Formats: sequence, structure tokens, C-alpha cells
Amino acid sequence: MGNKLSRIALNDEGFIFDPETGNSYTVNRTGLFILRLLKEGKSEKEIVKSLTETFNVDEREAERDLIDFVEQLRLYGLLEGKNV
Amino acid sequence: MKEAYEKPVILKLKTGMMNKFGSSPAYIRKVRKEIDGIPVEKLVEKFGSPLFVFSEKKLRQKFREVKNAFTLRYPNVEFSWSYKTNYLDAICAVLHQEGETAEVVSEFEYEKARRLGVPGNQIIYNGPYKPYDSLVTAVKEGARINIDHFEEIADLEKVADELGVKPRVGIRLNMDTGIHPQWSRFGFNLESGQALDAVKRIASGGKLELVGLHCHIGTFILDPHAYEVEVKKMVDFAYTVEDQFGFKIEYLDIGGGFPSKNRLKGIYLPPEVAVPSVDEFAERVCSALLSSLRPGDYPKLILESGRAIVDEAGYLITTVHAAKRLPSGLKAYVLDAGVNILFTAFWYKFNIEIDREVYGTSEPCVLYGPLCMNIDVVDDLTYLPPLPRGTRLILSPVGAYNVTQWMQFIRYRPAVVLIGENGEVDLIREAEDLTDIVRREKLPERLKLEW
Repeated sequence: MGNKLSRIALNDEGFIFDPETGNSYTVNRTGLFILRLLKEGKSEKEIVKSLTETFNVDEREAERDLIDFVEQLRLYGLLEGKNV
Repeated sequence: MKEAYEKPVILKLKTGMMNKFGSSPAYIRKVRKEIDGIPVEKLVEKFGSPLFVFSEKKLRQKFREVKNAFTLRYPNVEFSWSYKTNYLDAICAVLHQEGETAEVVSEFEYEKARRLGVPGNQIIYNGPYKPYDSLVTAVKEGARINIDHFEEIADLEKVADELGVKPRVGIRLNMDTGIHPQWSRFGFNLESGQALDAVKRIASGGKLELVGLHCHIGTFILDPHAYEVEVKKMVDFAYTVEDQFGFKIEYLDIGGGFPSKNRLKGIYLPPEVAVPSVDEFAERVCSALLSSLRPGDYPKLILESGRAIVDEAGYLITTVHAAKRLPSGLKAYVLDAGVNILFTAFWYKFNIEIDREVYGTSEPCVLYGPLCMNIDVVDDLTYLPPLPRGTRLILSPVGAYNVTQWMQFIRYRPAVVLIGENGEVDLIREAEDLTDIVRREKLPERLKLEW
């Protein structure tokens, strides 16, 4: 997992600060949930499993949404290369 | 017990980009589960998606609103339904029931109105191209014809000779009313003296009786003052004609062009603010008339309002087929309806409603249609919460022009239904299938495939 993600500041409200660029972001609850797991170095498979265990969502939708979310992180420069 | 799921969203925070109306697009969403009391899902189940839905209640309501606005202010008004705006039989029938005559601009529209049962003398025949045979029919059946150019004067004189009658006609004028673009391609120009030349020509021919003046200043006119200018100029010209040539101008057809509560691209204010009320238009038109007409003279005022009446009565239900993330980070949705059936998407930003509660922060997104064509964009930037596949979007207003200008291109055209005032749902145009499209095709024998 990239160093980038470990450097970003993340609070319980879903506020994100990227000290490298000075940009800030906000994520919703699910986004926060995923980011925390990413920071812990969990794999895509593990994250999907956690999502389906915690939330009322099926595996297919969770997987699809995770791909989309990771794409967004990458576009914002919060993930480097292939992290999951 | 598992927690409710919301699709993960991340938004970049931007400072100094406060919304001046104080509302954040991130949390605004509009949910519409039914149209006139009929659940959206039920409509789609029965008639498929995409689906055009018209509200008879709204259509009649809107017409009466426009009618009242004018008839309360002027004693002699006729409303003529602009067929090109929406010539579905059922829509025209509702408006004819309400008392509208028919305003047509081609032999096709003329035939469609006649087929529906509209008598010839209840038809106004406009437009720059009126084939000779259609003029013969129109004169025979007593339609009111507004002449567009000098050739048409000659054509009608020929018809007069052929039928041995003296057709009663109008001429179309174009003029400067202070708005841009100025429509100058239809009719005879007033300021240059061309219109007066046309009257001279008609008078010297002696075969036609000039009884009306027609004008149509533009479309989606947001400035009521333009109509005031139009009316005054028409009245002045009418008296010039009457005094110099002895014709009696019985009607002043001021056309249409009144806007609907739709949002034009590039206009920042919401339509509720930007679009003047119909009363405002009526007040300007009628007070201009009453202040410039001679005492006791009340020529018929004809209005050809189309969009202002039907636009808001029409909805399009469309379904989210797929979601993607563009390289720019923008979310994109692929819908089952595109510009092939939503011609007005090129200049309007539709009101977008969702058929269900969707949780999560709205994100900027683009709505694409189903066509494999780059131009197929229904909305290039809107804010929607993360939509699951299968979500229905209800787009409005789409009642004007879409079901006439739609194209059979790449996909079949969908069904159109009308919800009656008592909740009846009637199919008023079936969805197309292959037979509609190939009916006119002929394959030469030598090209028949033997696979």
C-alpha cells in the first residue's frame, strides 16, 4: 500500500486533509469506512466482505462501488498506482 | 442488524465557492414517485422505459390559464393550436375540445388536422412552403392562409382563377420588435416597405381579399415588451392598409413564442424567476391593442401558443442503465433515453426528479443517452446522489417539440401515454418496432442475401 494514504489525516466526521497538497475532502460514512480499511492495508476482497457484513448491501453492489470509490481516490491523487 | 447502506462518496472541498442562494447542491434532491397519482413504476411496468407521459389535467389547466389571461382582457380572441409543437392526435383533440383551432405549417399537418375532424375553416395555414395542391385544398375548404412571399400571392391568384373564387387571405409580416435574433426570413418586412408592396400587389391583382395580418416574432421570448411593440406596429399597419386600399383587416394573428417554465441553458436564474407570467404577456398585448385600436373596432386577436401550453404537461421517464467514472473524475450515467427522443436537450436544462429516496451526498455528474454518438448528452452537469442501476429519472418539462422532432435514429421511439383527469392511463402512441421502420423499404431482387 502506498505511503500517500498513510500520510493523510482523517477524522471521525469524514474530513480528510492531504498535507502534501493542502487539499481537503469530505467523505460519507461508507467512504470513511473504506478509507480506514485501506489505511490498514486491507485487500479489495477483505473490504467487500467487511462492507457486506456491516451494511445492508450485496456483494456485487459493494464490489462495484468500491471500484468506483478507489478510482475517485486515485483521480484525487490520494492513492498511488495500484493500491488494491 | 446491518446498517443502512449508502454508496461511498468523496468530495473535494473548495473554499470561496459559496452558493449565493444558500442551498448546497450536495443535499438537494427531488423525488417523484408518481405522475398525477399513477406510480412511476407501474407506468414503466406496463408500457416500458423510456416512456413519455402527458398529463391531461395539466394540459387543460395550462390552456385555461392562458385563455383566461387573454379573454379577460380583450373581447375577441381565438387560440390556434400550433401543430408542430405536438401533433399527437390525443393532445390535439384535448386542445380542440378546449376550443382551439388548428395552426398548421405543412400539407402533412393540414391533412392530420382534417383527419382528426377539424373543419377546414378552423385551420390556419402558415409557413414558407405551401405546395400548390395544398393551397387548392385549403382555399376550397375555407382555411385561413397567411401568405409568406410574392410567389405565394401568384399561386393563390392562380387558385382563385382555377376555382372561380376570391380567397380571403392574410399576409405574414416580419418586423423589428427590439429582440434578437430578429426573425426576418418569414413573411414581408414591415420597415423596408416590402409589406406595403405586398398589399399593393394583392390589391392590383384584384383576385384576393386581404383580411388578416400575421406575425411571429420569435421563440421562447422572455421580454413581454416585444409583443407590445409587435401589436402596435401591426395595428398601425392594419389601418394603413384599410385607409389606403379599402381592405378590412378582420384578424391580427400575433403568433406565439411565449416561453414555458423550462430552463434555457445559459440562463442563470431559475425559470420561476426568469420567465414572466402569462398574465404579464396578456396585459402587454391587450393593453397595446386597446390603446391603439380605433373606438369600436375589435378585430380578432389570434394566438398560436404552443410551448407555453403543452411543455409542462409532458414528462419523460428514463432508466439508469449504467454508471461510470470519467477520467476527469466526473460521474457519468448512461440512460435509456437520449437526444434521439429529447431534441430539446440541446437548449434546455431539464428538471430532474428521482423515483425513489436515494441516500448519500449528491455528486456532480453527466447524463448520457443510449446512442453510440458523442453528441448524445442529456445533461452535461447536474448533481445527483449515487444512483443504483435501474433508478428511474423523471425529466420535465418535455411536452413541446420532443414528440414531433424526435428521430428514429439507432433506437426505436418509445410509447407515449396520457393520464386522464380521472386517472385513466391511455396509450396514445405505441412504441415502435422494426415493422414501422422497414415498411417503406424495398430491397432490389438482386441484392437479396442467401445466407
